[in-house]
Amino acid sequence: MAIETQPERAEPTGRGPGPAGTGERPWWLRMGAHTGVIGAVAGYFLGHWLGNFLGGDFARSALANQNNVAIVLGYAFAVIGWLAGLGVFNDLFLLMQGKPIPEEPRFLGKEDSGLAKFFRFTLDHKVVGIQYLFGMVTYFLTGGLFAMAIRTELLSPSYHIIGPEQYLMVVGEHGTMMMMMMSSVVLGPFGQYFGPLMIGSKRVAFPRLEALGFWLTPAAYVILLSAVLFGGFPTGWTGYEPLATQATSGMDAYFFAFGLMGISMILAGFNMIVTIINYRAPGMRWSRLPMFVWSMFTVSFLQVLAVPVLVGACYMGLTDRTFQTAFFTNQLGGSSFLYQNLFWFFGHPEVYILALPGFGVISEIISVFCRKPLFGYKVSVAGMLGVGVLSFFVWQHHLFDSGINPDMRPLFMLTTELISIPTGFIFLVAMGTFWKARIRFSIPMLFALAFYFNFLIGGISGVFLSDVPADTTEHGSFFVMAHFHYTIMGGLIFAFMGGVYYWLPKMFGIKLNETLGRIHFWTMFIFFNTTFLPLFALGMLGMPRRVFTYARNLETLNDWVSISAFLLGGSILIFLINFVMSMTFWRERAAGNPWRARSLEWQLSTPPPPENFKRVPVILAGPYDYGVPNALPVADLSPPPGVIGSAYAPVTGGLEG
Amino acid sequence: MSSAEIPAPDRQQAAEHDSRRTWWLIAAWLALSLAAGLVIWFVWYPHLPPGDMTSSARHQQFDIAVLAISAAPVILGVFLYFGYVLVVFRARPGDDSDGTPIFGNVKVQATWIIGTSAIVLWLFVFGTVELIVPAGAGAGEGASPIWKLPGAKTASWTPGADDMLQVQVIGQQWAWTYRYPQFGGMESTVLDLPVNTPITFHVTSLDVIHSFWAYLLGVKADANPLVDNVAYTMARQTGPFTVRCNELCGIWHGAMTSAGNVMSQTTFKLWATAVQAREKADGVLAALPAYALTYDPTVIPQLGKDLVNVAGITGAPGYYYGPGNPVTP
Repeated sequence: MAIETQPERAEPTGRGPGPAGTGERPWWLRMGAHTGVIGAVAGYFLGHWLGNFLGGDFARSALANQNNVAIVLGYAFAVIGWLAGLGVFNDLFLLMQGKPIPEEPRFLGKEDSGLAKFFRFTLDHKVVGIQYLFGMVTYFLTGGLFAMAIRTELLSPSYHIIGPEQYLMVVGEHGTMMMMMMSSVVLGPFGQYFGPLMIGSKRVAFPRLEALGFWLTPAAYVILLSAVLFGGFPTGWTGYEPLATQATSGMDAYFFAFGLMGISMILAGFNMIVTIINYRAPGMRWSRLPMFVWSMFTVSFLQVLAVPVLVGACYMGLTDRTFQTAFFTNQLGGSSFLYQNLFWFFGHPEVYILALPGFGVISEIISVFCRKPLFGYKVSVAGMLGVGVLSFFVWQHHLFDSGINPDMRPLFMLTTELISIPTGFIFLVAMGTFWKARIRFSIPMLFALAFYFNFLIGGISGVFLSDVPADTTEHGSFFVMAHFHYTIMGGLIFAFMGGVYYWLPKMFGIKLNETLGRIHFWTMFIFFNTTFLPLFALGMLGMPRRVFTYARNLETLNDWVSISAFLLGGSILIFLINFVMSMTFWRERAAGNPWRARSLEWQLSTPPPPENFKRVPVILAGPYDYGVPNALPVADLSPPPGVIGSAYAPVTGGLEG
Repeated sequence: MSSAEIPAPDRQQAAEHDSRRTWWLIAAWLALSLAAGLVIWFVWYPHLPPGDMTSSARHQQFDIAVLAISAAPVILGVFLYFGYVLVVFRARPGDDSDGTPIFGNVKVQATWIIGTSAIVLWLFVFGTVELIVPAGAGAGEGASPIWKLPGAKTASWTPGADDMLQVQVIGQQWAWTYRYPQFGGMESTVLDLPVNTPITFHVTSLDVIHSFWAYLLGVKADANPLVDNVAYTMARQTGPFTVRCNELCGIWHGAMTSAGNVMSQTTFKLWATAVQAREKADGVLAALPAYALTYDPTVIPQLGKDLVNVAGITGAPGYYYGPGNPVTP
């Protein structure tokens, strides 16, 4: 595709859509989110009607008086209508008619100069990254509000504010929103935006798949929230059968949304793998790949290999509920264990889908702010790959007490504990990098340090859970809850926040307010720990997860946790204020490379030009050669014409030396 | 750590300085770890959950203590190291220089890998032994457990003899019931147990997945419909305890609790025979389905009446109690 032969860019026209250029229609006559919504609504009613037509007689649940077939088909057609309204299928129709696809300005985000391109099926990976960023912040805040509701209910040992049914709804929405959406919290914004920039590529391999991956997330978000209209779902984020078969129609929303988000993750993973393998600039050897790109690479493999299992399980769950198959009904020849196996075969790689991007972001940050090369680059890569591979072999540690394969428990205990070896590599790399460094305590660095602090506690508590006898006490209790909040919230979300403070200057040319940023960090770090550290104790004292009542003697601790959780929510609010105000009113300009970072994305103008690189750069050195005397610049951004790749790149010291 | 990149004249001095402070760090770490280990073992261990009421609880308590002692040096080491480097290697204001370019150090990396592997191996061996020796450590072991508690399997249970007491735990939305096959299959809503007796729990469910968690007993086993999940324990002390459901099972999951008591063997025998006699007189025993390891709720006539029939499929839709039951706690 003739990307480099684009005509001049459209004139900037400010915020308004405006009839920029000749022949361009105004935004409301072109396909975008607004036509998508029209398509979705139309699709839902069409599907709902079709479902009632097909299954009105046999599938009406006696419990809820709702026809699950109609609801599921409604969702399915709504998604198709949403995508069609967005214009996802336009090029496909053109191809089917034998017409050529128009020259693609959408690749570069050039077509729209204003905000309109963010509400459209834009194929520029930088636009998709920004779309992901705002989407993910929205999803995270929504999930966080549900968490506040949970903690409000748990202020008292008996039920007082929200009833048990609403409580389960809130628990399920919080858990599912966080687990399915946050899988893309780093891969989405930063992976899509900076992945291609860091490997010196002008584009991603499959821009349509990438954009489709993003546009499925709002659909999944809305569908998951729509469960509230049906009274929610009672299963939490795990969706265990046969409770799920028994549940009312909110469960359809859970299965459909999770499956849809699964497809989004698979698409994003495919695109990322192929981009990283095939679109590296000349000289970008595997040994020079930034750790962030390595983490994206590993995570993408996990997504492509593990998530299809989830999509299958969700599909089976849906057919159980609609066409009355019996995959998971023991009485009818199915197995409730089958769902547990399928779910956790996805579910454990999923938690590393959540953890690994954090490792990647943090590795970038510590090297820059220690002004030192990453210690043991190969060890770090081995750590990530090791975690990725092992994550497929541990899923039954979620089922130690279930009675499945009891004699296999030592094996799964071993594999689970083995994961701490590659995870330990990540700590070794950090500790080595800090040795003899010149540490700058900038905000991203503070978040990175907090990441190691939290992840160490999360990881060590994981060892307690891997041990079968100890797990007999801890399994399914608040101990587990504290453990995975330490790794996911304390790990991933802290890394995401670090990434926001680190990369926003490059993405938008503005930087977040420093003072508010520091207040945000310290409140978040302190209140995160005061919230989740007592939960270990609560679990050890015998409080199971997902309960709205608990023993009266645990009230003091629970109140402490609740109040501290509200303060943690306030800390996120500080971030939100900082984020919104800095982006809109304050708009403090950032220098092009405020951190004096070496890696490739920082060598570009701010924000990066639509085509990323005028010419394909030639990579000359690794990204972490800080403090190396006479280190080469990381890349030649305008190599002489006609020179290709490694023939030109001189052998350097540093990583290869 | 390597100082190979430092220019030659400073090298020796820097290396001496390095090794001195490294040794200081290691000494402080060892001392703190030892102190932490002693505190955990002597002060914390007796109070660690889940207490020492039964054999399985004791093993879990021991496990948690040993794991805590193993974990303390790791946590302390990392925190100590980070605290040290953050102070010593912080950039002073106005310092624009770079750190020492160290790309790796084979000795350090090898030591780390061997060290963590050794810890993992120790954890694995320890965990496996602690799983096998106490006969599954109170965890659910499926229908045919391979690590069994010794005890005679008898048709009736008598105090004093080394008879295994069989207790069936039945979970349903949202209550626990217990059946004692050695007492005519009588059913109770209270879990009374004799002390110093090997006990086999057969955990099963009538509808969705529950999990039988007797925290003080150190027993946890999932209850799946049509699955018999066996767990063992032996009570060492008398006293009351609480049973909770540990797997989300619907809206009243949080209220799915039941009471239990560990009592002397003779008291237990009296209680059990009295309940059996009463249920026989009441006609409850005759009305109950015959004792079996699992029950299919679709074929239990007494329960089937209240089942919601969805298009010919009587699955396990719950609501044995109706949506308002059990009443708000």
